[in-house]
This record gives sequence, C-alpha cells and structure tokens, in this order.
Amino acid sequence: MIKKIARPIGYLALLGTILPPLLFMFHTIELAPMQGTMFVSCIAWFVAAPLWMKTE
Amino acid sequence: MSEEAPDSGSEYERERVPDRALKGPSAFWGMYAGEHTAGTEFMIGPLFVSWGASASSLIFGLLIGNLLAVLTWRFLTATIATQQRLTLYFKMEKIAGKHLVKIYNLANGILFCFLAGSMITVSATAVGPFFPTMKMPTFESTMPTGPGWIMACVVIGVAMTLVAMKGYGVVAKVGHYAAPWMFLVFIACALVTLGRLDNYNLWELLSPPPGTPEQISFLGIVFFSWFCNAAMHIGMADLSVLRFAKSPNAGYASAAGMFLGHYIAWICAALLLVYWVRVHGVDPSTGKDPGTMVNDAVGWTGLICVIIAGWTTANPTIYRAGLAFQGIAPSMPRNVSTMIAGAVCIAAGIFPAFAMNLLGFVGIYGTILAPIGAIIVVDHFFAKSLGIPSDPAEQSGTSFNFTVLLAWLIPVGVAMYLYRFHDVFASYLPLPTSIACGLLYVVLSKSIGPKLAIPSSR
Repeated sequence: MIKKIARPIGYLALLGTILPPLLFMFHTIELAPMQGTMFVSCIAWFVAAPLWMKTE
Repeated sequence: MSEEAPDSGSEYERERVPDRALKGPSAFWGMYAGEHTAGTEFMIGPLFVSWGASASSLIFGLLIGNLLAVLTWRFLTATIATQQRLTLYFKMEKIAGKHLVKIYNLANGILFCFLAGSMITVSATAVGPFFPTMKMPTFESTMPTGPGWIMACVVIGVAMTLVAMKGYGVVAKVGHYAAPWMFLVFIACALVTLGRLDNYNLWELLSPPPGTPEQISFLGIVFFSWFCNAAMHIGMADLSVLRFAKSPNAGYASAAGMFLGHYIAWICAALLLVYWVRVHGVDPSTGKDPGTMVNDAVGWTGLICVIIAGWTTANPTIYRAGLAFQGIAPSMPRNVSTMIAGAVCIAAGIFPAFAMNLLGFVGIYGTILAPIGAIIVVDHFFAKSLGIPSDPAEQSGTSFNFTVLLAWLIPVGVAMYLYRFHDVFASYLPLPTSIACGLLYVVLSKSIGPKLAIPSSR
C-alpha cells in the first residue's frame, strides 16, 4: 500500500524538480517559487524514493 | 567522474563467480548512472570553461571521448571480466604475486585519498552560502582559504570518515536513491542559466569570449573524457564489478554514466560558470566555487545536491582507500585503516589544489594505475600466442614478480617525467603508458621472466 502511494509521489517529486526550472527558462515563473518548489520536491523525493526504489 | 565502482558484495573474491551469482544488464545500467554523476562533475564542467574549451570541443569532443570510453569498457574490460570472472586483485595476484599487489594497493589507496579529498573540497563549498564571510577557494587556490574553510573540510571529512568506518551500505543506498534526482538538478541548473541569460543557443553560450586562450584542445577533451576513468576500464578495476555480468554487453551500461554524468552533467555545470562570467564578470581563470553557483541557480536544492553528490562518492572512496591500506597491513583493523585514509583525505580536501587541478589529477591517476590493466590484457589475450606464461606468479609460486614491477614502473616513470618537465597534458599519458607497459611486459617476460610451461589452451 505504502509502495503504491510512494511511487506516484516520487514521480511527482521528480516532476517538481525539473518542471519549475523549465517554466523559469520560459519566464513563466519567478526564481523564488521555482527554488521553493524544487526544495519541497527534494524532500518529497527522499521520503518517497526509499519506499519503492529497488537497491540491487 | 567516479571514484570507483561499488563493491559487488564481498563474495567470490578468490574464486570465479559462479553462474548462479550472475546479474542481468539492468543492475549495471543503474550503477554506472549513479557512480558517474558525482560531486566532482560540478568542478569539471566549469574547469573546461576556465581552460577556454571551445563549443565544438565540448559538444563533439566529449561525445567522441565518452563513446570511446564506453567501447573500452565493453570490448576490453567486460570481455575479460566475463571470461575470467575474477577481481582485479586476484587476477593481479596470479600474474604479479601477492607482495607486488601490496605496492599497487598503496598507490591505489593514496590516489583514492586525493580523489576523496577533492570531493570533500567540493562538498565544503556548499557551506559557503551559509557563512558569507567565509572565503571560498577559486580555481587558482592551492592553499586553505582560512580557518573557516579548514573547519568546514574537517567537519565534513570527519563525518564522512565516521560513516565510512561503519561500512558504506547506507550511503550507497542514499546515492542510489539520489541518482535520478541529482541528474535532474544538473539539468535544472542549466535550464535556469539559459532562462537568466535569455539565450537558448548552446553553441554560442559555450563558445569562449574572443581572446580567451585555449588551454585544452579538441583532442585534449577527447582524451580527458576517454581516460578520466582509465583506472576503471583499461586499468581493469571494473573487473571486480563486471565479473558478475552475464554477458560482456553489460559493458555498454557504462554509457549511462558517460552520457548522463560525463556529457550532460558536465555541460550543465559548465553553463553555471558561463552565467557568472557573462553576468557577474567573474574571471573564468579564477572561476567560482560550485556551492555558490548552484545555490544561486536552484537554491537549497542545489546545496543538498552538492553535499550528497560529494558525500555519496567520497564515502565509498574513503572506505576503499581504507581497504587498500588494510591490504598492505592485514593485521590492522579496518576501522583504523579507514581512519588513516580519512585523515589523509581530509588533509587533501583542506588544500584546494587537488580539486582545482582535477583535470590534471585524473590523468595522473589513470597514468599510474591503468598500465596494470595492460599487463592483464597481454596475459589474457596474447600470452599463449606470444609464447609467454599465463598467470606466471601463480605458476611459479613467486610472491613478487619483478617483470611486472619493471614493466609497470619504467613507463610510468617516463610518463611522470614528461608530465612534470615537458608539460604534457596528463590525459594524453594513460594510453601510451599502458601500451608501453604491455609491450615491455612481453619483452621482459621473454627475456628475464620466469621460465614456465606455456599453456596449450586457456
């Protein structure tokens, strides 16, 4: 169950890491909200990733 | 670049890997991708800018060099690894004898320490934005920049060493989880830079301003990217990892590390300095520390990335340096050897000279260690046809094969002379040094090597 929730959170976190800089590049978002979203996504990624990623 | 591939489990270190322990290609793709997106990538990209690399060198030179590195991994390292299925150390012991392996271990351990020291330096730059008065090192720095800098390196280095003393399982896991995220942070830095400069012409951005001296040529970039991991591919250190591969095609997995870490990440990191040069008027030869540049672009996420990227790669390096030192004095507890390695790493990290001369250092690293791989190549592919014994130390029972020592040290000595006194770019040296080592090994084996039976078949 946790794995099922963690996986989409992880993908969303990765999206939250790359989408804001992309929007910033096209001048549709300011620097501060971009950095804020990336930081939240960073925390979300490190919470979610260990719950579903394989570590062979 | 990378410190070294992770330990593939302390299994089968003195025997062939059995078929039941073999792994499919997916295990290697993820490992290489993570291993080669390290903290030092934040240094190497900007150093190219500092050295006046042209856009064509960066875009096409890196492409060709990385492709050659992947092919070397596939057709040399992975081929031998999947046929022999032995660690580098065990194979070397069979050829060179166990006491000569100790000398290799010492060289390996010391070079590992300097490499981990560079990673400590990079990680310590992430502390800078929290302490604006702390003076950060530049590309020209060789000495510590002040007590604050020394303190930052010591705290980070001690923390890394303490974790390494406990083994690096946890850190290896963090590195694995961080890999896809870290790669995206590198891309994010580039996107932010493009947006700030309002210029999406990568070719124009990567072209140095007119009048910038070109200290690294197209060929220099090709050779740097081909041989920055020379110890791993032609030096055969990755035998220890790829011996678990079901097929030599696992060698292609190195493409994940080369093209994500050593191509895209390097170019992304280079763009960070391009921005600081164009907007803030920073002198490219002086550069800017990675912590400040990354914090400026993507904020705390970037600082976390710099620390994690440095940490997750420095930790296994310290651990491995400790193991290398323990190999020299087997009675020494691993914690003690890791602590010694950590102390050397911290001392190296305090002096920015190593990190700031990374383009030269990785060439030296490869020049010293890679030639041993040439001896393994000769032993594996040519021993029978050339009429020299295979695994001579094992056959003769010697613990110190002088033939190997001379074949290794003579070309390395000549290479170091050329580097030191004739200013030859260090990355040009691993290939000719390795070829010379292989040829010398054949000549010496035939003339002064142990006279043993030549196997009729492998």
